[in-house]
This record gives sequence, structure tokens and C-alpha cells, in this order.
Amino acid sequence: MGDPIIELSQVWKSYETGAVSVHALRGIDARIDEGEYLAVIGPSGSGKSTLMNILGCLDVPTSGEYHLAGQDVSTMTEVELAEVRNRRIGFVFQQFNLLASMTAWRNVELPLVYAGVPRAERKERAIAALTRVGLGERADHKPGELSGGQQQRVAVARALVTEPAMILADEPTGNLDSESTTDVLELFDELSQLGRTIVLITHEYDVADRAGRQLVVRDGQIASPIGAA
Amino acid sequence: MNWPETFRTGAEAVRAHRMRSILTMLGIIIGVSSVILTVGLGQGAQDEVSSQIDALGSNLLVVSPGSTTSTTGIRGGFGSASTLTLSDADAIDDEDVVPDVARVAPVTSTSASLVNGTTNWTTTLVGSTVDWLDVRSRDLSAGRFYTAAEVASSAPVVVLGADTAGELFTGSAVGQTVTVNGSALTVIGVLETSGASSSDSSEDDTAVTPLGTAASVSGTTGTSVSSIYVEGASEGTLGAAYQEINALLLNLHGVDATEADFTITSQEALIDTANSTNRTLTVLLAGVAGISLLVGGIGVMNIMLVSVTERIREIGLRKALGATPGSIGRQFLVEASMLGLAGGVIGVIIAVVGAAVLPGLIDQPVSLSLLATVGALLTSLALGVGFGVYPASRAARLTPIQALRSE
Ligand SMILES: Nc1ncnc2c1ncn2[C@@H]1O[C@H](COP(=O)(O)OP(=O)(O)OP(=O)(O)O)[C@@H](O)[C@H]1O
Ligand SMILES: [Mg+2]
Repeated sequence: MGDPIIELSQVWKSYETGAVSVHALRGIDARIDEGEYLAVIGPSGSGKSTLMNILGCLDVPTSGEYHLAGQDVSTMTEVELAEVRNRRIGFVFQQFNLLASMTAWRNVELPLVYAGVPRAERKERAIAALTRVGLGERADHKPGELSGGQQQRVAVARALVTEPAMILADEPTGNLDSESTTDVLELFDELSQLGRTIVLITHEYDVADRAGRQLVVRDGQIASPIGAA
Repeated sequence: MNWPETFRTGAEAVRAHRMRSILTMLGIIIGVSSVILTVGLGQGAQDEVSSQIDALGSNLLVVSPGSTTSTTGIRGGFGSASTLTLSDADAIDDEDVVPDVARVAPVTSTSASLVNGTTNWTTTLVGSTVDWLDVRSRDLSAGRFYTAAEVASSAPVVVLGADTAGELFTGSAVGQTVTVNGSALTVIGVLETSGASSSDSSEDDTAVTPLGTAASVSGTTGTSVSSIYVEGASEGTLGAAYQEINALLLNLHGVDATEADFTITSQEALIDTANSTNRTLTVLLAGVAGISLLVGGIGVMNIMLVSVTERIREIGLRKALGATPGSIGRQFLVEASMLGLAGGVIGVIIAVVGAAVLPGLIDQPVSLSLLATVGALLTSLALGVGFGVYPASRAARLTPIQALRSE
């Protein structure tokens, strides 16, 4: 495969909650190559989302190193991090995180606003992204007027709209019926074929099987990889 | 995110959170309009007094009986002691002794009941010489003032103040007759209302007669006067006139300066006193206004803090999608400024409308002060922006996940 786009060494993440400290990640070592399609699986509470947030530069490890495209993330400035999140990563949140006061297409266009894309082009691209996830006619609906699955697809559209090199999706099919799941997964297959790097968290093994490689996380550590070793 | 985009986002947020926006603006509106109006009231009172004093004439000295500070340190009964007489006035009128004086008008003043048929009106009966009109800078709206000959003969004539004429007569007063203590006086003129935009009517509620007429009508035989109005030859020599009169009267009364039984007041002194009184009033009102601005500001602060806290998740999400802390700060700056400015402008409009309407309701002039307006606007803007931007830019320093996870 290509060059490593992600390299993690001995990444720890601990939360101090009152007297007890929770170690969500306990020394993760991992390498993800450019263009790879990787599924992360593991039981609930094993630290998958925590790992994903760190990969997306949304959170910082308590200790350990994270190199993104060869650069140590801890040395990046806030502005550089903002640019990485905006241009290079498309993030699908487990809880969607849509802005309730804005319509679907306005939510989807948001990353383009921060990328400095002109208004007319933003709308066009946002509608195109919504159409790709099968929500073209729902562009003017607010999140509150959409079903959970539809909201999830809006969140997927928002991650795709900037055409990022890397897509990080935290259970993007968790709320979808089998038909929509197939649609979204086909979309990811397509993107993977275009050479995008995809990291996908899932509970379902048949979803994980579509990925080129599986990473099993258990108790904050990488368990023996299944499938491709 | 560029500025036009930031403005669009800000305007959208203001519209999306309508209730919050209205409450924020309300605090600012109340603060701004109350500051402008209270300061305006104080300013209005100050302006009114100065214009009243100006209307008296600019180079006027008023000699009144009694001293302001007696040897015992107790303020002498102002005007009560009958230590000023007609001969004092005559002496001041002597051009050789007091060269810097142009006109002298001794004035007696008693309360009298004027009767026209069944109409009865109590007013101040002023006795004076022909110079009264010039010295007091008054004009006539009808008829004429009495002549020197009429003063000499104590003719039974009277000139009425505008309000007095209005109370006693329905039509033109000139040529009519009023009865005072049984004596019939012919109304020969009516005074123009005094120049001051005054609601205080004492200047316009008066009856002026020759000195002798006033004395005979009110039955006083003495020669004491209640004050002597002196017009200086020029404004520049008013100080000299003051010295000359002071020396002359001390000499005439056979007392030294520490025992002076009269007081000479200059216009300047009156203005100073009035201004210092009004300054106190304005400071007091400004204090009250400041407190209302503070209360409004605390309201703005609360709403801003709450609204930013509510929106920390939004801040986190925007950061996750590529917003820099700077663009978050700008977004909240624009939002808070729009709210602050809109509230401030509405507050100013309310104050301006209030300043136009209020004088008719409470009979008090309101002068809009530019300083108070700008000050109140800037303060409210600063409060809104400070309390809107500070917590937002703090939140923008959290990692996106910390912000997204906050309640
Ligand atoms: N902010 C936090 N404070 C304290 N503990 C936390 C915090 N966030 C996560 N944790 C803990 O870290 C561990 C890992 O959480 P994480 O969300 O990564 O699990 P997950 O693998 O994504 O689970 P799921 O499949 O249910 O989404 C959990 O035990 C969780 O309780
Ligand atoms: Mg999770």
C-alpha cells in the first residue's frame, strides 16, 4: 500500500472523573496507510470513539504520539489543526451533531463556509452531497423534521462535501435500515476505490467485512487483528 | 470565514434565537434610554435656569437689604431688614459719585389683591421708576409703560404681567381699571412674557406701578425699598460699579465692610450659584442613570453568558468542521455587536421620542446631551460585546470534543 497517513505510538487517553481515573485508551500502536479502508470493531465502551476523536484531531491524547501524514499533531497550532479538520478529514459523529436551527443543506455546507468556498458553489455542492446519500428532496428540512437515519445521512453528506482525503465515520450505519446501510456502504466502497482513506467504526461484522482490514479494540487496547493481519 | 460570511452567520443567529435577542436588547434599550433621558432632564433644568438668568439682563447688579453673613455667622434675613431706602437709590443714581452706573431702579414689592368686578387676583405689586423696564430687560406686548411724569405725580396707572392680565381680563386689559385696596388704577400696558422658556410664572404674574402709587395703594409710608436694580454702564465696568456702590452704601450707612447691612449680587454670582446647584442635580441624575445602565448591563451579561454556555456545543461542532478560534470569536463579536447596536439605536430613538413628549407631560424641559448619548451607547455596546465575546473565545480554546461534550 501507500505511505502511512496515520501513525500512533503508545497513545493513552485518561479521564479524571472525581476520585477514579478512567483509562479509555491504554497504549495504542497503529498504522494506517494512505488509501486504506479500515474497520474498527469492539465492544461498547472499549474506546473506539475516543480513538476516532483523536484520529480526527478533535481531542488530544494524554500521552503518546500521533503523526498525521508525517507531522506530529501535538506540534500543530490551532489554526493548522482547524485547517486539517476542515480540508483533510471528513468526520461522521456517532451522535450526528447537526445544528438544529439550520436546514439540512445549510448543515452540510458548513465545512465549505470555513473553507472559503463561494456561496453559490457551496449550495450546489451541499445539495449534490445530500443527493448522494439519497436526501436531495430533504435539503430544506431542519434536523428536527428528519428521522434518525435521515439525520445520520445528513451527517455523512457533511463529511463528504469537502471531498476529504480521509473519512472517519463513527458508526455511520448505526441508525440505518439494511437498505440505507447498503447505500451508505456502497458510497464508502466508491470513495475507497477513488483512493480515499476510510476509517469506520462498527458493531456489525458484516459491515466490518467490507473493509480491507479490521482493527479490534478491547479495553482500550488493540486486540489481535482479525482478517488481514 | 470572511467578514461578509461572519455577518450573515451573526444575523442568522440573532434571528434564530429571537427571544434571547429581544431580552438582550431590552436590557440595553432600558439602560441607554434612561441614561439619555435622566441626563437630559438635568441638562434641561440647567439650561432653563441659565436662560432665565440671561433674560434678566447681562450687566445687572441687584442691591438687597440685609447681609449674607452677619458677625454672628448667621445669615441675615434676606430682604427682611428694611435697611435700603429711596435715598440710597438716589445716591447711586448720582453720576459724579458712581460714574459706572447707567440706570437705577429702586423696587418696592408687596403682595396685593387686584380686583376687576367680581374677579379677584393676588399678585406681587411692584413699585419702581421708569428705568424698571430697561433694567429688567422687559418689553410690552400691549399699551405703554408709565412715564417719568407719571412717576413724579404718582399717577394711578398700572402695567400688568401677562399672566396677571390673563387672570383678570378676558379681552384686552389696556384701558381697563383694576381696584387695589379701594384705589382704582388704570391699566396702561401689559408686559411681554419673560424671555425665559419658563414654567415658573412669577416673572409673568406681577403688577408694576410708579413708586409713589405702590406706596399709597398699599398704605406704606416709609421710604424703604425691597431692592435696587442697577444697570452698569457696560459689562466691562460692572466690577467697578460694584466697588463704587459698595463703598458709597457703606459710607452712607456708616458701617464697615464686616457689618454691611446690604448685599450686592451680580448676575455672574447668580449664574454660578444656579450652575453649581444644577451640577449637583445633574451628577445625581447621572448617578441614577448609571445605576440603571449597570442593571441593564447585568441583564445583558446574564443573557450573554447563558447563551454562550448554551452554545458551547455549537462552538465545538464548528471547530470540528474547521472553524479557527479566531473565526468563532469574530462570529460572537459580530452577533453581540449587532444586538448591542440595535438595542442602543432603539434606546436612543426611545430617548429622543421621550425628550420630545416628556416636557409636555411633566412640564420639564429635556435637553439631549451628545456626551450622554455616545457614552451610554458605547457602554452598552462594550457590555454586550465583552460578555458575549469573552466566554465564547474561552469556549473556542477547548478541544472540539470537550466543547461538544459540555452540557
Ligand atoms: N469525557 C469522559 N469522561 C470520562 N470518561 C469517559 C469520557 N468519554 C469516554 N469515557 C469513557 O471512556 C471509555 C471509552 O468510551 P468510548 O466512547 O470511546 O467507547 P466506545 O467504544 O465508542 O463505545 P460505544 O460503542 O458504546 O460507542 C468508556 O468507558 C467511557 O465511559
Ligand atoms: Mg462510540
